[in-house]
Amino acid sequence: MSRFRVEVLVTPRPGLLDPEGGAIHHALASLGYDEVAEVRVGKAIYLEVAADSAATAAARVEESCRRLLANPVTEDFTVTVRGEA
Amino acid sequence: MRIAVITFPGSNCDQDCHRSVEAAGATAVPVWHREISLGGTDAVIVPGGFAHGDYLRPGAIARFSPIMTPVVEFARAGRLVVGICNGFQILCEAGLLPGALLRNRSLRFQSHDCALRVERSDTPFTSRYREGQVIRMPLAHADGNYYADRGALEELESEGRVLFRYSDAEGESTEEANPNGSLNRIAGIVNEGGNVLGLMPHPDRAIDLALGSQDGLPLFESLVDSVHQRTPAQMAAAEGRALAGTAR
Amino acid sequence: MSRANGAPRPRPGDPPITPELVEDHGLSPSEYELIVEIMGREPTFTELGVFSAMWSEHCGYKNSKRLLRLLPTTAPWVIQGPGENAGVIDIGGGWALAFKMESHNHPSAVEPYQGAATGVGGILRDVFTMGARPVATLNSLHFGDLEGARVRYLLAGVVRGVGDYGNCVGIPSMGGEVHFDRGYEENPIVNAMCLGIMRCDELIRGTAEGVGNTLMAVGARTGRDGIHGATFASEELSEGDDEASRPQVQVGDPYTEKLLLEASLELIASGEIVGIQDMGAAGLTSSGAEMAGRSGTGVEMDVARVPVRAEAMTPYEILLSESQERMLVVARAGREEAACQILEKWELEAATIGQVTDRGTFRVLEDGVPVAEIPALPLTEGCPAYERPGEESGEVRALRAQDISRYGELSGDDLRVAFLEVVGTPAVASKQWIYEQYDTTVRASSIERPGGSAGLIRIPGTDLGVAASTDCNGRHCYLDPRSGAAGAVVEAARNVACTGATPLAITNCLNFGSPLKAEIRHQFREAVLGIRDACAHLETPVTGGNVSFYNETDGKAVYPTPVIGMVGTIADVANVVGHSFRRPGDAILLLGHNRGELGGSEYLYALHGVVAGEPPRVDLEAERALTRCLPAMAARGVLGSAHDVATGGLAATLAECCLGRPRTGWPVGASLHLHDALPPAALLFGEDHGRVIVSASPADEAEVREIAARHGVPCTPIGTVGEERSSLRIHLRGESLELPLDLLADRYFGAIPRAMDDEP
Repeated sequence: MSRFRVEVLVTPRPGLLDPEGGAIHHALASLGYDEVAEVRVGKAIYLEVAADSAATAAARVEESCRRLLANPVTEDFTVTVRGEA
Repeated sequence: MRIAVITFPGSNCDQDCHRSVEAAGATAVPVWHREISLGGTDAVIVPGGFAHGDYLRPGAIARFSPIMTPVVEFARAGRLVVGICNGFQILCEAGLLPGALLRNRSLRFQSHDCALRVERSDTPFTSRYREGQVIRMPLAHADGNYYADRGALEELESEGRVLFRYSDAEGESTEEANPNGSLNRIAGIVNEGGNVLGLMPHPDRAIDLALGSQDGLPLFESLVDSVHQRTPAQMAAAEGRALAGTAR
Repeated sequence: MSRANGAPRPRPGDPPITPELVEDHGLSPSEYELIVEIMGREPTFTELGVFSAMWSEHCGYKNSKRLLRLLPTTAPWVIQGPGENAGVIDIGGGWALAFKMESHNHPSAVEPYQGAATGVGGILRDVFTMGARPVATLNSLHFGDLEGARVRYLLAGVVRGVGDYGNCVGIPSMGGEVHFDRGYEENPIVNAMCLGIMRCDELIRGTAEGVGNTLMAVGARTGRDGIHGATFASEELSEGDDEASRPQVQVGDPYTEKLLLEASLELIASGEIVGIQDMGAAGLTSSGAEMAGRSGTGVEMDVARVPVRAEAMTPYEILLSESQERMLVVARAGREEAACQILEKWELEAATIGQVTDRGTFRVLEDGVPVAEIPALPLTEGCPAYERPGEESGEVRALRAQDISRYGELSGDDLRVAFLEVVGTPAVASKQWIYEQYDTTVRASSIERPGGSAGLIRIPGTDLGVAASTDCNGRHCYLDPRSGAAGAVVEAARNVACTGATPLAITNCLNFGSPLKAEIRHQFREAVLGIRDACAHLETPVTGGNVSFYNETDGKAVYPTPVIGMVGTIADVANVVGHSFRRPGDAILLLGHNRGELGGSEYLYALHGVVAGEPPRVDLEAERALTRCLPAMAARGVLGSAHDVATGGLAATLAECCLGRPRTGWPVGASLHLHDALPPAALLFGEDHGRVIVSASPADEAEVREIAARHGVPCTPIGTVGEERSSLRIHLRGESLELPLDLLADRYFGAIPRAMDDEP
């Protein structure tokens, strides 16, 4: 068994209104960052997972995303194994 | 008549719901979230608050509490379930109601009175209201912005499952009267079976005139009436529609 | 637990005690000598840290306690006066009200969101550790001018912090006050007040009684947060402080707080525990030492048993950590299991860390080895008390003497424009943008929500109502701390009385600059004397409070800001009176006299940039009569509305009486005739005390006047309530104003949202 560092990115689904992203976009523009074309705000969740392989760790975390970590109605997620802890 | 009021760690409105149920003439039964049975109660209220601190997403953790297994079974059996505010969020997370409640358009917590238009009076939750009646009650939430994808939204509308819509004092449901950005200005909906209600504003905070409004009381009274009158056939029909909805 | 009885010895790695180290701990050489005398030996590093925290201004009140003893603290209805976690009064029907106010100024200046949030958390714990269920909060906030970007950032952060915390725990906000003045530019004042209710026989105190009883650490784990926060709170901020040298920001967890609240109340009701106290400022040290000090026992604890969330924490760090949402509980010997079951139900961690002893000491072990042992009573009560003479600053004396009479003369359109500007200054304007971010209706008991005179809640299941208001006009206090502080007391009393409730008692939060300066000592002494006089006259004793010194940045102190939190009761909430006009045709009456006192007014500040003149005088006999007269009128049901005159003067009050709260129907107009021989601006914008605007139906007007006469309160008919959506018309001697309600509403409701437009 190894311990894997797994990163979960949860992001609003395309097309879903993201007022927080909009507010940040507006703030950036007012600071002169006119080049920023779009801002979407999600969240990152960092896990350390005991598993016998990176693939098993990723599979378990993906399952947990579907059940708990992301809301399928409004959110997408990506799971990345960042190496061993 | 006994109505279960679920308490999660972080529930804040369980006592308010308790008093509302009693004001409507029924007995409120407090049920702790770790229990695995509803104890033979006749209806269920999932109250407002911040269950599990609303950490991760409102309702996301609460839906896995042990009591939610019997609550889901109860709902699927066509029995009456009401989720208010955080309770609405929990019922959505639990898959008993479609859609999700996103962060308010203002990005702020909002706490103020709102006007609602009662869209139907022929449901177990609204029989004591008149169709088109404008009612006032407080809302208090950061995540009340109702969202569902286009298909689900069309279904809600075409099946007449939107029971409460934000409106102005005259009953016009305008965008100016939309406090939080909810699609179609939706404040409260029912499931396919018509036996599970979720709404964001707080009828439990509008049960006597000293509080500024008693427009919430008829909701609890309707619920009590409906439990008294509900026939096995009605429940079976609701169960059938609820199961069909789940399968979709 | 080890029974090692030897004296504590320095731990390996402890720095040697040098004069510099003593100074770094905020202790003077003479204080250190006293410590050596108390101990009979040199303290260890750990013990020095303990003394430093307990003898800090925040815990030891060394620059204030002599003066605070002058305050009236008793009345037949006072159950618990100063010295406990919160004051408690008997409010009838077997109910007791616990209440307290506390400052979180420094943490909020550093990190407004967490600073304000943890401030709310601390004050809730002070109340529920008395056995009372928190039922309402209020906030007194003072910021710099809202035009400043940093002030807007601070306001937005503080409001979010207060809201997110209180909303999550489920305690309604019932009001408070928000002021804006450049006197608070760098140092915002963030004071939070909490009210809790209990049955009189449910009171529990923060004591460690019963030798052999068990000490338990409950709630969040201990980390390195805010180590020496109590000392930090007692030192001024300076430009040179960089983030790294500041103590780590304490992070609040309202969810854990909610669990602690429910678990504590269940524990207290169960009878399995004898005492409970928040680990607030100076954490485990102050809670342990104070509980032992109050009960005359001793405590012994082993820091190795305290659950921690950081590695290799030293006893010094564990004792002084200010991690939030932690409590020290004294469980009855043999009943620990039962107590643990309740804590487990609420998913809280609990650890047995020691016991009550008969040694009379605060004794600390590390894995059985003694690391500190200090006599408990000298530690909590033996902090030297100073009362060095103060002296008024010549600058303030000159400002007060300044002739401001020329500002009173305004006419024609200038007067109308000034009226609209005063109504639209952030200090006067509606605080809707702020209070709509606070849950004001949870617990379904809010009768008077924010936006009126005072907040008022109903005790569930009864007709009994509890009103509360926080007030302090720092500008008035700056110009004259004694009358300013007395003014804060009478204003708070008027606000409570306007709802129909009878004022009963106060808590306070005394926010000042550095007591090392003679002028600040003068301010403090005068303010305390002002509170003493006013509370004695109104028979509203002081049941506790908080002192916050060193509210300074780079030598510039905030205005002296003695915030008063007044509570009162009304027997039947059916008689509660709102602040705004209700029925067209009602008579409008003025209780009290217009004197046209413009000194220290919002008008002078906002329109002329002037802070000068004599602030409004306080006539304590008149205030006493007024605050007794209003509840009598309310009880007879003859008032349509009642609203106090304060910041912004008659102009602000009349506008508010017409506009009412937002989202509650249309505003109503009014037509007024003011015959006073006073300069127009002085009459409309003077902040003279002792005035309330009431309205009554024509049928009830005679009785209102009769009750006023009986109480010796001047009562003058000044006008009539007008139609919905019309205008406010005011006729003065030689002047007439007509202000359309929609224009007034735009100024009054729009000012703060427009200023805060870009803040998330």
